[in-house]
Amino acid sequence: MRNSRILMAHGSGGRKSQELLRDIFLRHLGNEYLDVLGDSAILDAGPGRLAFTTDAFVVKPLFFPGGDIGRLAVCGSVNDLAAAGAEPVALSAAFILEEGLETEVLERIVLSMREAADSVGVSVVAGDTKVVPRGAADGMYITTSGAGVIREGVEPPMPSRAEKGDAVILSGTVADHGMAVMTRREGIKIESEIVSDCAPLWEMVASVMKAAPGVHAMRDPTRGGLAAALNEIAESSGVCIEVDEDRIMVGEGVRTACELLGIDPLHVANEGKMVVILPEREADAAVAAMRGLPVGRDASIIGTVKAEPAGRVHIKTTLGSLRILDVPTGDILPRIC
Amino acid sequence: MRFIDGFRDPELALKLVKGIERETDRELCLMEVCGTHTMAIARSGIRTILPENIRLLSGPGCPVCVTPQSTIDAFIGLDGFVLATFGDMLRVPGSSHSLEEARARGADVLVVYSPLDALEYARENPKKRVVFFGIGFETTAPAVALALLDAKKLRVENFYVMAAHKTIPAAMVALASDKEVSIDGFICPGHVSAIIGCAPYEAVGVPCVISGFEPIDILNSILMLVKTCGQGAASVVNMYPRVVHDEGNVEAMECIYSVFEESDSEWRGLGTIPGSGLRLRPEFAEFDASRFVIEEPGTSEEDVCECGSILRGVKSPAECGAFGNACTPERPLGPCMVSSEGACAAEYRYGRGVG
Repeated sequence: MRNSRILMAHGSGGRKSQELLRDIFLRHLGNEYLDVLGDSAILDAGPGRLAFTTDAFVVKPLFFPGGDIGRLAVCGSVNDLAAAGAEPVALSAAFILEEGLETEVLERIVLSMREAADSVGVSVVAGDTKVVPRGAADGMYITTSGAGVIREGVEPPMPSRAEKGDAVILSGTVADHGMAVMTRREGIKIESEIVSDCAPLWEMVASVMKAAPGVHAMRDPTRGGLAAALNEIAESSGVCIEVDEDRIMVGEGVRTACELLGIDPLHVANEGKMVVILPEREADAAVAAMRGLPVGRDASIIGTVKAEPAGRVHIKTTLGSLRILDVPTGDILPRIC
Repeated sequence: MRFIDGFRDPELALKLVKGIERETDRELCLMEVCGTHTMAIARSGIRTILPENIRLLSGPGCPVCVTPQSTIDAFIGLDGFVLATFGDMLRVPGSSHSLEEARARGADVLVVYSPLDALEYARENPKKRVVFFGIGFETTAPAVALALLDAKKLRVENFYVMAAHKTIPAAMVALASDKEVSIDGFICPGHVSAIIGCAPYEAVGVPCVISGFEPIDILNSILMLVKTCGQGAASVVNMYPRVVHDEGNVEAMECIYSVFEESDSEWRGLGTIPGSGLRLRPEFAEFDASRFVIEEPGTSEEDVCECGSILRGVKSPAECGAFGNACTPERPLGPCMVSSEGACAAEYRYGRGVG
């Protein structure tokens, strides 16, 4: 790349665009599909049903402890596919770049995407780049779409399939990602640095589905945290989910940051966790399968599904009383005093 | 096991509850006046394990909740300023819209964690006029005072403060003498007390206990209150000595009163309470944003909103006709629902109809 900064010309479709495509995107993300440079990638996904997902990523700052916007983008789409029980087959990535973005920053992020994609054996097969004037796009925005395959014989988990008597499993600690990003963005220093849990989860999900083929529902608790994810499933399935506060793990540094700022860790985003709801008799096998992998090392059963009140989530507090776990409203705002 | 875990021990909690039960079976009405206490009580579910004769009321302890609509309107109405504010104030509705909505319509709203950040922004942007929304009780006032002391020392000419601070003890005195609610004792705010110490509560006239925020702190404080209520004297007990010194934070108090002076202040739902506010001293007049305020004709607060009664402990959130239907966290009518620490928000989030 001849320029150390992204220029408007890099998005105009001419020579500079080609230079950007060749020197950064093809160089680092290239594969047999992308290299063809057709208008569309032609894929052969094999037998099964097609799962499809899309996400936009606008995280600020672009780099945070444990990851960056590129890693986040790949993991986000891979995990959405995994939550449907789908093996990731292909990703697309569209970039909106701010004029003036350092080329070296873009390169680091694209390399990070390659690393994340390689770890689950998926490729970026299609892409696009636009450049917007200085002041827009906060550096860069990325939109990814993901295609996956649900193999024959697998009944896809869906948020509407949770049933009375099911066990609720959580694959690890909560609030790491959201607090890592917030503390870095606002310059708040906690003694034990908070690291995002951003990670691809297909391997863990595949292992769970093999050990416990009866999984009813899965969700990765991103925006809105565990509270939002559980409420969505409870509402969709028309059941009541009851969880135990003492069984939900929160890292030390994360807990400190949350208490300092008056934020509920159950409302904070995660990017490397999965909620798994399945028949109770399969729960132990599923937990064992999860704990067999680093991303699931803290997996445990956190609750159970009841018939009513439908659409509600309850949490048993440390003191033993039962209260409602509600969906957070709007932005997470630290308290004033 | 961390030090703090002991303050959440369920077995100890049960012992304290039994202690409260043994102490009295009189009907007692205890009020807390701190948003963080409201939330802590709601989140931990303490009300469901307390004996039925102990009634916990949630008072006007949330600075966001007690800011009158007219103050919010005045701040939003400051045209051509960068409106710097704590995040808590973003969603509070004025008479027509909130700061969040004003921002979506193009107002230059800056959310800061500290007034010192607002001052820094003003210094980095000399062509802009920055006004900071001075909301909060005695916990927040010292930082605002510090920002103004710095601004004066550094001769910053584009930084202003809309002083809307309130002080808690005067409000407690007013509540204690309110005939409509009969308050037997107060759970006093831990962080405010860290600043003001024990002495200001002596004027309140009913037993006061300064409490921390963990479940054990709160239960311990309720037990102490129940004991002291029985003795008939208006004592003040510090049950949060790991954070609160009896004499308070002298330096912080000096800081506050070198910049601010006592004034009367309007509290939403309670009316004007004498000596319950802080305004800028004449020496700091150059930073006072109130001279830029355009006087709008007085707007009446929403008729259906019962925040006033709720803040005084006369009604519980569930007794407000709008609670949960016309008024929800997504579409709040009044600040009790908007602020994450308002009584109604706490009730909606944690307390609705759990069997």
